[in-house]
Amino acid sequence: MGYYLLIDFGSTFTKLTAVDLDKGEIVATASHFTTVATDIRDGYRNALIALYNQLGREIKFTRTIGCSSASGGLKMAAIGLVQELTVEAARRVCLGAGAKVDLVFAHHLTKRDLQAITDGKIDIILLAGGADGGNTESAIFNATRLGEAKIKIPIVFAGNKSCQDEIEAIFQRYGMNGHICENVMPKINVLNIKSAREKIREIFLKQIIEAKGIKKIEAEIDQVILPTPEAVLQAAELLSRGYLDEKGLGDIVLTDIGGATTDMYSICNATNRSDVIFHGLDEPFAKRTVEGDLGMRYSAPGIIKSLTKEEIIKLNQAKNIDIEREVDYRYRHVDMVPTNPHDYHVDQLLAEMCVYKAMQRHVGRIEEVLTPMGIVYNQFGKDLSAANYVIGTGGVLIKSHDPMGILHQTTNIKRIPGELRPLNPGYLLDEDYILAAMGLLSQTEPLLALRLMKRHLKPL
Amino acid sequence: MKAIVIGVIGADVHAVGNKIIEYTLANAGYNVVNIGVLSSQEDFINAAIETDAKLILVSSLYGHGELDCRGMREKCIEAGIGDILLYVGGNIVVGKQDFTEVKERFLQMGFNRVYPPGTPIEKALGDIKTDLGE
Repeated sequence: MGYYLLIDFGSTFTKLTAVDLDKGEIVATASHFTTVATDIRDGYRNALIALYNQLGREIKFTRTIGCSSASGGLKMAAIGLVQELTVEAARRVCLGAGAKVDLVFAHHLTKRDLQAITDGKIDIILLAGGADGGNTESAIFNATRLGEAKIKIPIVFAGNKSCQDEIEAIFQRYGMNGHICENVMPKINVLNIKSAREKIREIFLKQIIEAKGIKKIEAEIDQVILPTPEAVLQAAELLSRGYLDEKGLGDIVLTDIGGATTDMYSICNATNRSDVIFHGLDEPFAKRTVEGDLGMRYSAPGIIKSLTKEEIIKLNQAKNIDIEREVDYRYRHVDMVPTNPHDYHVDQLLAEMCVYKAMQRHVGRIEEVLTPMGIVYNQFGKDLSAANYVIGTGGVLIKSHDPMGILHQTTNIKRIPGELRPLNPGYLLDEDYILAAMGLLSQTEPLLALRLMKRHLKPL
Repeated sequence: MKAIVIGVIGADVHAVGNKIIEYTLANAGYNVVNIGVLSSQEDFINAAIETDAKLILVSSLYGHGELDCRGMREKCIEAGIGDILLYVGGNIVVGKQDFTEVKERFLQMGFNRVYPPGTPIEKALGDIKTDLGE
């Protein structure tokens, strides 16, 4: 069995977790700045030295695998036909594959849209449109547009099956980097994630990490196997479902507050109630949303943008700060680390706002409708009210003096009627930063990964 | 296979007729896209765009059909499917109104066919075959 080394190449830090398979323990963790701009191997080697120093000796690993969100992670554009249907389906597939969806387009692509794709340094495009047997015109039009614009980045076609042949011909005609897979929405409101997600992962591993200079690391480790957010999603799903006789935690919510994004994960069915009528596109059991405008540093200005002038004044008075100045400073100094009580206080506040808003966008809602047949309930999005646990990960939570205060923001503190936020969850903190590593470990050792998560997540 | 979008519009939860319509049209060889009860105009229209449907068949059993259907043709035009056939049927208005007038009002609203209470779906099926050309 021996030792496994699990590596998370993050945008800022390369984090190493060493696991002893025989004893079933995490034996050491270490990290170093990610050095993808020069040579990703430097940061890795330094982290490895730190790890060996902790252990007091060098060990030989039987398996070394990694996940990566370095160099901006995986940036995708999602294209579909109707906003609420194939566009949303495409977006959810990208997010579930661990991508950041920077661009989203509905209906016909315009020249401006194509320019945005070129300017946005997109890694992969997911092209959808039409249920199977339905609209073919939109996908064919958009594929042709992408071809005419000489876009060479990988394009995954996951739209109407009826026009696969035409799309393939367009890919060939324009010499495009095209890939065909199953429709993300084969029928109205039916979400089909798997095929497109696998294709995205395959392209990520074969082409994207090469293009980003991450592939070099494979001279020293076995393989980079996943984008980091997908590793986290898989860890969370395992933690929720359990494995064999080892019970999971049931319905869970997980939040990861970073410098540039706030990610929200929920692992549960859309609803467990029989007295509601569910509307809209299927919700994935393991769902991830990413808020690119909510973050602690790069995206801190997004928090301000979501507030009105009045709200800013009220906030400044209540908290005795100048929020605009604080945010601006953090945006200009993204490597800022809080050192005094005031900085901690402001970071805490920003993190709370990120989590509150990210959950507002992630969670479903319920509406009462009066009908001649009595009251009926319409539900849109996921019902998280029965979540057993809310789990927090990410630097700001781990360093916070009051992580509970941040995680508490996932619940319905403002008592907004209809929001299906967690009602009475327990709180856990990923203080050893192991979730991504456990997602990696779960590929081959799910039982051990599950046990380690249950052991290391700290109840608050 | 030609696609037909069916569903029950507005705050209406009558599900039985909806299932009978789905069964009958599917047996007749159509790709039936059933969006179910409590559906909004937008739900019908979005489904029709994605499935390239040629016909939307709206059911309304609870008497508020006139309010629920108003403006639907205009929304279809805005959404780029202005030519789609719109059928409506059920108890589409309140009380015992003269159906000739009711029908005229719905035709004015841009519906192509309007069915009175108690119409068997087989009757509509005949019209569908005529209108969709088979």
